[in-house]
Amino acid sequence: MIRLAEWYDFRDLGNTVGSLLDQIRDWGAPDWVPYVVSGLIGVVAILLWTVLSVLAFIWIERRVVGLMQNRIGPNRVGPNGLLQPVADALKLLFKEPITTREADRILFWLAPIVVFVPTIVVFAVIPFGERMVLADLNVGVLFLIAVGSLNTIAIFMAGWSSNNKYALIGAMRTIAMLISYELIQVLVLLAAVLFVGSMRLGDIVAWQAGYGVWLLFLQPLGLLGYIVSGAVEMNRSPTDIAEAESEIVAGYHTEYGGIKFGFFYQAEYLAGFAIAAVIVTLYMGGWTLWGVEDWVPGWLIFLAKLYGVFFIYIWSRGTLPRLRIDQLMAFAWKFLLPLSLVNVMIIGGEKLLWQEAELSSGEALSLFGVVNWAVAVVLIVGWAWVLGHQRPERVAHRAVLTQEVGAIHFGEPAPTV
Amino acid sequence: MDDTGTVVAFYMLSALTIVSALGVVVVRNLIHAVVFLILSFVGVAGLYITLSADFVAVTQVLIYAGAVSVLILFAIVLTPTGDRGNQETFLRLPALLLALLVAFTLGYVAIDTDWAISDREGFQQTASTIGEALLDKYVLPFEIASVLLLVAMMGAIVLVRPDSAMEGE
Repeated sequence: MIRLAEWYDFRDLGNTVGSLLDQIRDWGAPDWVPYVVSGLIGVVAILLWTVLSVLAFIWIERRVVGLMQNRIGPNRVGPNGLLQPVADALKLLFKEPITTREADRILFWLAPIVVFVPTIVVFAVIPFGERMVLADLNVGVLFLIAVGSLNTIAIFMAGWSSNNKYALIGAMRTIAMLISYELIQVLVLLAAVLFVGSMRLGDIVAWQAGYGVWLLFLQPLGLLGYIVSGAVEMNRSPTDIAEAESEIVAGYHTEYGGIKFGFFYQAEYLAGFAIAAVIVTLYMGGWTLWGVEDWVPGWLIFLAKLYGVFFIYIWSRGTLPRLRIDQLMAFAWKFLLPLSLVNVMIIGGEKLLWQEAELSSGEALSLFGVVNWAVAVVLIVGWAWVLGHQRPERVAHRAVLTQEVGAIHFGEPAPTV
Repeated sequence: MDDTGTVVAFYMLSALTIVSALGVVVVRNLIHAVVFLILSFVGVAGLYITLSADFVAVTQVLIYAGAVSVLILFAIVLTPTGDRGNQETFLRLPALLLALLVAFTLGYVAIDTDWAISDREGFQQTASTIGEALLDKYVLPFEIASVLLLVAMMGAIVLVRPDSAMEGE
């Protein structure tokens, strides 16, 4: 294995930063200077990377979705429309920021800023490569869940302070959705943490590299649950009912224009990158690729995987129709929740079996992989079949609570499904 | 609490927590009060971090800032007159007395206790230590709390369930 470990060895950017810090120490600076400098380098690097990626993916997404929907997409600004994101950003910057009358001004101004913080903080615990993590927390996985749940508050602030019915409905939908899907997220991450035995993201990557197997091969149900709840958390089609254009104008950011809308737009992309980064780290081996990371920089492998996972979300946006809110909630509570509970039970049992039965790691992992994939396919197909064959009178076709409260008065009962 | 960074962080976080906690009771607008409450929860989480209790800090953000406050927001928005703000109440005097009593008790205990600083090393893995303590030494209180939460959840379901839910239209 070749390890240059000099500052110009860009396969591991940690080397460069490490040499710089050593240099600063040699100059006789007090201890806190390298500490602060390393933090600043990490923060600036992450911010730069996110801005550039967002700009790139605005163009990629618009062109790719255009291709999928049999149209051309933006192609006027610059060659192939490459400068379209720049033009978009400039337009948003120069637009007049409008505040609606009777809006709650403080919260209205605060919400776009607050929505940014949790999405960007998530990247602090993501290992981009060897020694390339801003803060490798002991409780990394829990930190992801905790910070991810703070988004809701910013979205609620935006929806409530706009003084607009559609914005408030969008905010309520977001909360209802996130409460349901956070449960699933916690359950699938619990299974992953249980099997690996550590909540530190660096340890989870090292575990997958050590056994040479991604958690994707061992916990397909967990991956499914995380992909779906991630799509809900990042608020993208087909699960973007919080801002469904055809139902509630633009949801919680109906009243936002100019750069304040731009903040929400960019925060959505960042949340998408964050979810993709978590999927790559937890289920796809992070920055490792079965030895290739000795030759190719780990951060390049990580970014390639990340963009690949994010492409799946673009793909599903371009192909799937939007779910109705009751369908989305039923999918969480009736379909994903039982499956993730079963997943936790199975993974716990397998962990116990592995410890007690003195299996070699190769035998155990290949056995668990085959069993779990079989169980996943049987459960998904079987449970979908069971849910689809309920007696028709048991299938709910309207939300009961809204009528009890008196918010909606339909003239006649909803048509049976 | 020796190094300067921790001390500075402690005072800043304490100021944040106390100011936003005051904001919760002072502001008239209920939604603003909840936002202040979230801020004070986050401040308390920061205080936990200065005590190197990282698991408790993250759980504080997850449960209090992320879940409890969202439930409070839900309750305020779904209450028909919830947006009319913090009204005057005839319970002003009793509330003041009770608050003073609680503050006095807490202050008295804090001053009167002979605080000792343990010279034990910090935990390397807080999460697994807490987990072992909860499922080993303190398993009975843990299970009782679980049953309590389960009962509360079932009670909520029973309360809001309409009688005609199973009968169809």
